[in-house]
Amino acid sequence: MKAATSATASGDRQFSVHVASRVNQVVLGVGIIIVVFFILFPFFGGTPMTRRLVDFLSLLALSQLWNLMLGYAGLISVGQQGYIGMGAYTLWLFADVLHVHPFVGVIFAAFVGAIIALPSAALVFKLKGGYLAIGTWVLAEVLKTVVANIKQTGGGSGVTVVAARDMEVSVRIQGTYWWALGATLIAIVVTYLLLRSRTGLALKAIRDNDLAAESCGVNLWRTRLYTFVIAGAGCALVGAISAIHVLFVQPAAAFNINWTAYLVFITVIGGVGTIEGPIIGTIIYFVLRETTAKYGEWYFIVLGLLAIVVTVWSPRGIYGYIAQKTNFYVFPLQRKLRIVGRTAASQEIAAEGGEVAG
Amino acid sequence: MDWLNQGVQGILLGGHFALFAVGLALVFGTMRLVNLAHGDLTIVPAYVALLMINAIHFSPFYSIPITMAIMFVVGYLLQRGLLNRVVQSGDVVGVILTFGISIVIQNALLLGFTADNERLKAGTIDSLSIRINENLAIGWLPLIIFLVALVVIIGLQLFLNRTKMGRAFRAVSDDQEAARLMGINTKHIWAMAMGVALVIVAIGGVMRGIRTTFDPSFGSLSLIYAFEAVIIGGMGSGWGTLLGGIILGLSQTLGARAFGPPWSILTGHVVFLIILALRPQGLLAKTVTS
Amino acid sequence: MSLLEIEAANVYYEDFQALYDVSLKVEEGEIFACIGANGAGKSTMLKTVSGVLVPRRGRLLFDGKPIDHMAPYRRVELGISMVPEGRRVFPSLTVHENLLVGAYRGRPGPWTADGVYDLFPLLQPLKKRQASGLSGGEQQALAIGRSLMSNPRLILMDEVSLGLAPVVIKRIYEAFKTLLDSGCTILVVEQDVQHVLTVATHVACFLEGRIALQGTPRDLTNDQITAAYFGV
Repeated sequence: MKAATSATASGDRQFSVHVASRVNQVVLGVGIIIVVFFILFPFFGGTPMTRRLVDFLSLLALSQLWNLMLGYAGLISVGQQGYIGMGAYTLWLFADVLHVHPFVGVIFAAFVGAIIALPSAALVFKLKGGYLAIGTWVLAEVLKTVVANIKQTGGGSGVTVVAARDMEVSVRIQGTYWWALGATLIAIVVTYLLLRSRTGLALKAIRDNDLAAESCGVNLWRTRLYTFVIAGAGCALVGAISAIHVLFVQPAAAFNINWTAYLVFITVIGGVGTIEGPIIGTIIYFVLRETTAKYGEWYFIVLGLLAIVVTVWSPRGIYGYIAQKTNFYVFPLQRKLRIVGRTAASQEIAAEGGEVAG
Repeated sequence: MDWLNQGVQGILLGGHFALFAVGLALVFGTMRLVNLAHGDLTIVPAYVALLMINAIHFSPFYSIPITMAIMFVVGYLLQRGLLNRVVQSGDVVGVILTFGISIVIQNALLLGFTADNERLKAGTIDSLSIRINENLAIGWLPLIIFLVALVVIIGLQLFLNRTKMGRAFRAVSDDQEAARLMGINTKHIWAMAMGVALVIVAIGGVMRGIRTTFDPSFGSLSLIYAFEAVIIGGMGSGWGTLLGGIILGLSQTLGARAFGPPWSILTGHVVFLIILALRPQGLLAKTVTS
Repeated sequence: MSLLEIEAANVYYEDFQALYDVSLKVEEGEIFACIGANGAGKSTMLKTVSGVLVPRRGRLLFDGKPIDHMAPYRRVELGISMVPEGRRVFPSLTVHENLLVGAYRGRPGPWTADGVYDLFPLLQPLKKRQASGLSGGEQQALAIGRSLMSNPRLILMDEVSLGLAPVVIKRIYEAFKTLLDSGCTILVVEQDVQHVLTVATHVACFLEGRIALQGTPRDLTNDQITAAYFGV
């Protein structure tokens, strides 16, 4: 994560702009250990815990993608359940009808998600801000209604994913686990790279002003399109994983608005526009769900209320609040100006946005 | 199931959609807030009426004025206490906040009333109809709802154009900072706008409860229908919203006639998407003023 | 007692300080002109008086009473009215409706819509037209008329001459006399020094967030004003 992007001399002082600090290199080391731990987990973690982690990782991947859309392209979608549902049904189609191995079918699901996202983007991008959000919801409803009305897909009562059911249990659970882990890592890496890129910085500064974006040479429409398609493919992929995981697909569940509600709440509570935010949000979600499950749907209401409180009183989310206080980022997205003077001590100044070097 | 009959039913249904849509449009117009909880707020009055009817056993029609008053207070306080804080924070924050409220309302209703279907029983009125000929009968209830929608839209136009408060709504809509400098308390105006929107929603919500069964999950589709009517008609025009509602209603009933009842809602969505693709500003959009 | 008194106001936009210890007194019946270059803090000062901005330190007294934490609409009730920079008429409302919105608080006083039409006869035939279709000069007249409808004791004018033809500017400054006669005190902010100095009774010259020079136009020489304006 060593990323000195430029270094210029100014008088007798030298500036160099860094994205990462030395602490972050330590973090990188720890991160690799964590990733290895997660990869090996199914061998020692036991089936119930591994199953639970599939849920955890799926939600984390989805939240990260939603975060990418909002944090990177200013797109606010409440229709991601459409892609999740289509991913689940595509998996069923490839696995049970076309007899492709389910773990290969997942890839086809991602493609279908991307293919659906393209014309969808062309339609909903005609709407602005909040109305765009409802537009994505309409498209999700359309997909759900179509699927629920096709007899061959089992209609409203759904279908069993036979190919997944007939798989050996340990293989199925490990396979879904690694797919979920892979999806999460890809989502995190893609989000990190995009948020940190030049376009990412420019977009952050001028997100809500189309004119300013265009004049900075950022093709906002195309950037939004790419992001929308990436998110669509990713959500379909996770939907396919969940179909293998629960062995059953049904329109009411696969296309449920609650999917999107989880993503929004998790991301908002954790912190929009950061990679750590959705991770913290997903942990909070799981802690709430596991500790209050016996009280029924209350945890969901509590989660919603928490998201409301955070939105109004601490819009940067829990992680944003912590980061602001400590100026510490596990995944540093903003750049730091390091003054390398003649004195040995180097000073770090955090600076928002790109244009720091003199 | 004659085409003409389905057409008439579609127009009447469109009036009902318009009743939900004008509230959404009013809130967007005065404060640029897209209220994703609007759909769920159309379900709340039906449950309020249900509680009243269960407690004192009177006609659901009598519950309408009381529900209107309750919903006004709910809207005013919701806006003043919570939503006013984000009106000036951009539309993303508004969407997230109202989406959160939407999910909380829906799940709170599920906890309080379960997912069972409910109905506001109004006696014989829901089965009475005017028989025009063999194939065409107009139900009294859909007709009444349509006329109420008409009265509400005309009333709202008169309110906005002829009263001092209505002028203040429009001034705030045009330029909220200039409105404040003219002595208008924008926080109060926004809260009034939400109150008025929910009064209209109360009428539509209770009427729907009399007409059909409902459950807590109805909110999502109510929001989507209202939204589709607003976009089809063109934002910021009361008559456009009515037209949008009618086109949506017609699409649904004629779609049911042409492709079978399961495809009715989908036909509505598709017509909406076609209009969005071809004329995103809506059919009766006002010319853009600088 | 002065009508408006600003005591050592320090005003910020987030972290950026725009006014440093600005103090001034506006007496009843005056035409008080604030001049200075772009970004000198004149408009910030007006926004502080109208209530759009709140000083972090310092006090505002209107008629002897503190108003610093009063919302803008309460200040209109007290008789402070603003003609904002760039006119800011309500574009979708008609000319007449714009005037009626100006009277929203219903402060009693001499000004009525007919009074405004007498002051600016050019508005009379435009009564039912949407304000968005008006020319710059017509919009400026409407913005002033709209402000007068609240029967202000103190009217704040932000760059009223900006972007207008000289003949229109002349007509607007001619209207100042009628405003004074109706009991208004005028606090005007201008970049264009020429016109405003012919009518002002008191001048304050802003430079980089501070008042560099104050006095009656008669007491100040052109060189003094130029020096204060450009900071040389």
